[in-house]
Amino acid sequence: MSPTNDARGASPTFADVNRDVVRTLEPPGNLYFAWMCVVALILAAGILAWTGQIWWGMGMAGKRTPQMWAMYITSFVFWIGIGHAGTLISAILYLFRARWRTPIYRAAEAMTIFAVLTAGLFPLIHAGRMWFAYFLLPYPNQRYLWPNFRSPLVWDVFAISTYLSISTVFFIVGLVPDIAALRDASIGWRRRIYAMLALGWEGADSQWRHYRRAYGLLAALATPLVLSVHSVVSWDFAMALVPGWHSTLFAPFFVDGAIFSGFAMVLILLLPMRHFFGLHAYIEDRHLDAMGKLILVTGLILTYFYICEIFTSIYSGDDIEKASLFWKVTKSYAWALWLMYFCNCVAPLILFWKKARTSPTILYVVSILVLIGMWFERFNIIVPSLGHDFYPYTWGIYYPSPTDTMVVIGSFAWFFILFLGFIKVMPSLSIVEVKETLPPPLRDPRHAGHH
Amino acid sequence: MPATTETILGVFAHVDTTVRALEDLKAKGYHDLTVYTPVPVHEIEEVLERDRPVSRVRLFTLIGGLTGMASGFLLTIWSSLQWGLTTGGKPVASIPPFVVIAFELTILFGGIATVLGMALLGRLPRLTPSPSFDPRFTNDRFGVAIHVAPGRGGSVREILRAAGADEVRP
Repeated sequence: MSPTNDARGASPTFADVNRDVVRTLEPPGNLYFAWMCVVALILAAGILAWTGQIWWGMGMAGKRTPQMWAMYITSFVFWIGIGHAGTLISAILYLFRARWRTPIYRAAEAMTIFAVLTAGLFPLIHAGRMWFAYFLLPYPNQRYLWPNFRSPLVWDVFAISTYLSISTVFFIVGLVPDIAALRDASIGWRRRIYAMLALGWEGADSQWRHYRRAYGLLAALATPLVLSVHSVVSWDFAMALVPGWHSTLFAPFFVDGAIFSGFAMVLILLLPMRHFFGLHAYIEDRHLDAMGKLILVTGLILTYFYICEIFTSIYSGDDIEKASLFWKVTKSYAWALWLMYFCNCVAPLILFWKKARTSPTILYVVSILVLIGMWFERFNIIVPSLGHDFYPYTWGIYYPSPTDTMVVIGSFAWFFILFLGFIKVMPSLSIVEVKETLPPPLRDPRHAGHH
Repeated sequence: MPATTETILGVFAHVDTTVRALEDLKAKGYHDLTVYTPVPVHEIEEVLERDRPVSRVRLFTLIGGLTGMASGFLLTIWSSLQWGLTTGGKPVASIPPFVVIAFELTILFGGIATVLGMALLGRLPRLTPSPSFDPRFTNDRFGVAIHVAPGRGGSVREILRAAGADEVRP
């Protein structure tokens, strides 16, 4: 499959890495364009549905009391969560010097940015008149009244925009030396574009020393940021008094679920990438194994949180809280809750077996189940909780409409079209970081490995 | 500007030969060096960073982060005081919720200042490639460029060749 993975399994050389990454950027074949067309069609349908919602009004999205927050906010939280795995890999695992992160971090970081770009659309779609989106910026209205900085929704605006900015900056900094390598490997107009994007990077010691320091500092800044972002998102709910939302458990619960679903999405993107680009020499079974373990661990922690959630609800002695829980577990939305328990608590258990952790098919199936489970987790937090709060006259059932369903499906197409485009114009495998984990070329190998 | 220095470039294929060349050059008193590497290499950094202060990028991060924190608190407290609306019996300038905004702005300003610091200190973007740069340096070759007074290139070339350079130019 891979030209560098010879019979002895010798590790690739520096030049192999350059060649193999440049190879991923060759003009794509028909299969790629076929996928692009499918994804673009779904995206077009999503945009059409959104246009219909703008034209005819928010009723198209099936919004009515009590569920004024429904599929859009579910998908918003879902997509923000997806992004977390990328930052975890690029920042936290960098600080922990986990070397298995190197071949997967570039794709994961790109995934983060595209996931946050997808998530960022939902508050705008949800709010209806998105041409007033600038209301979200912190500035005073005509009566000099500023935004209420005590509101979790305003915190959310700050958290998400900071997250998007810092992940983008981090991503670009990581890309600069790689684009320089592409510049030196390409010719013609491509070379001119890469030369512009590489900012004149030459790999001189005067550049590396500041680069290395800056990269470490950015990782140190991004680490608390990634833990804070989903905590802030969780406070959108936890700060409200709705039964099923008002819980101090929410911040760690959301962060763990985010990493869990994010790793599932990394696998969904990485396994086909490895297959079609023939990157088996770089993304080895041990990398899949490590990701499988992380999914397993975060899945078990999530199971613990689910148990805690039920326990605190029963133990609270609060009748409303208990009634809400009973309703969720047994009535209208019980199917969604049990589907979630199956996908998030039972399905990942197969990853206890090493064979499952290294089998692309099993990992792929588990990842899809995890994504379904995590989407439904957010659905189960938002929709049934709103449907059964304090007074029976405010209870209600939410039915999805064709419009909001299509917008949610379209958001997946938007995400995948960004990723598909990315892997053909930018190095989806980090040239520099992969080389760093290879044994450095030595003339006299007897002195190797003394550091 | 007349050329007041001459630049000799040695191209190496291996890390150990590059390190040997650097050690020899330093021992002979040649300190005006530029080293090109495809990746940051620990052994090479060790030789180069021995007599250098730590990169000043961290100062940018610190100043950026502190500016962000201060602006977060300033924005929230000042704007709350503009309209002294008491809600929930809490103080108008209620610090705990403002910590969230201050935290986010600390990270945002700190991160942007870090990148600016990196660009400024590393002289990025560069519009024209430096004369001693070779495209192989982003692939699998290591380069050592020595800037010396004209006419002193001979001994430098000798050191580079003795250390095991594949190519020495000019």
